[in-house]
Amino acid sequence: MTELQRLREAFRTALDLPADEPVDDLRYQDHEKWDSLAHMSLVAAIEDEFSVMIDTDDVINMSSFAEAARILGKYGVDVK
Amino acid sequence: MSVFTLSQSDREKQLLPQLVDLVAHHRRHCAPYDRILAASGVPSISEMSDLPWLPVRLFKTLELKSIPDDEVFKVLTSSGTTGEVSRIYLDKAAAATQTRQLGATLQTVLGPRRLPMLIVDTKSILKDRRSFSARGAGVLGMATFGRDHVWALDDDGAVDLDGIRGFLAKHGDQPFLIFGFTYLVWLHLYEIAREHGLDLGNGILIHSGGWKKLVDQAVSPEEFRNRLAAVGLTRIHNFYGMVEQIGTIFLEGPAGGSLYCPDFADVVVRDPETWAELPPGKPGLLEVVSTLPTSYPGHVLLTEDLGVVHGVDDGDWPGKRFSVLGRLPRAEARGCSDTYRSAEA
Repeated sequence: MTELQRLREAFRTALDLPADEPVDDLRYQDHEKWDSLAHMSLVAAIEDEFSVMIDTDDVINMSSFAEAARILGKYGVDVK
Repeated sequence: MSVFTLSQSDREKQLLPQLVDLVAHHRRHCAPYDRILAASGVPSISEMSDLPWLPVRLFKTLELKSIPDDEVFKVLTSSGTTGEVSRIYLDKAAAATQTRQLGATLQTVLGPRRLPMLIVDTKSILKDRRSFSARGAGVLGMATFGRDHVWALDDDGAVDLDGIRGFLAKHGDQPFLIFGFTYLVWLHLYEIAREHGLDLGNGILIHSGGWKKLVDQAVSPEEFRNRLAAVGLTRIHNFYGMVEQIGTIFLEGPAGGSLYCPDFADVVVRDPETWAELPPGKPGLLEVVSTLPTSYPGHVLLTEDLGVVHGVDDGDWPGKRFSVLGRLPRAEARGCSDTYRSAEA
């Protein structure tokens, strides 16, 4: 799996979305499943999947799928 | 990185023009606010204590927002003792700002990394994810600053000693975060730690929720600190904040005993009879001031809490340092909101 596929999978698993649901345009709080509680699960899922530890500011700023991909770049994960 | 940097004079120099702008902004965009100010008369503003305040209780009786309905992104509610509920309206920008500034405030004492987190509460407060209690929302807001969260209480609210022991075995040798409401920490963590010899030495405790239940048991804030220090927990930060000024918290400094204002906030203590500002050492009604509220007029709020300023620019961090002494007895507070009720009519 590419990093992009792994990130999509982490989103679908953490937010409890169907396997075929597109996630690339998801935004925090815009999707009913991505609320503040799910956000914590999502961060944990991404950390597990990529073996990284995400800092507080990045958790706060992770407001979309695209932003999550960008943030992962800071931790050496090249999502594309 | 710290948001506790501004001396009192620098703070006033920086914040006062922003607050004067906020008064004008909210008058333009929130008709009830404008009516209240027009009715009570707006003085010329040359210092913090000149700013017109709203009694915090007004958010329970009036719809106070400075954004159009279609920009309301979140409505926060807080239950009061009387069953009335404050309604606080946030647009996207205000929601993002409050989260960011709360983050900056807490990172002053927690650092940039998310620490393993022991939550002195039960997971069942998050059961209904469509409507969290104020307690649930508080825990969830704080959860951002932690990772590997462990709940210290089981679903029935009983202490999960094995869970706490497991957490400490895994994370106890490095800094970790403990969060809980003050009386829960006292009842369920302190007692258990003492009884079972748990080592909380690497913990950083963040707690809030008021002292009333502890004062009823004759436990003062000083004793709380001293007794927790006896079980190894010496890094302790109480905080004071309210949903009506979401994102702004007043945080206890490392030495303990005083709350401090972040750089975007201030406090004024007022004489409950004359409303004049009281000097350090004189207890009175606490007014909280913050530049964060842009989507609702919560920038200058007269609380129903008694407080006292202990000193200015003479503590752990610059600015005023103060304590919250408890609630103003209800009968005494009635006068001020009646004034405003008649202005609304």
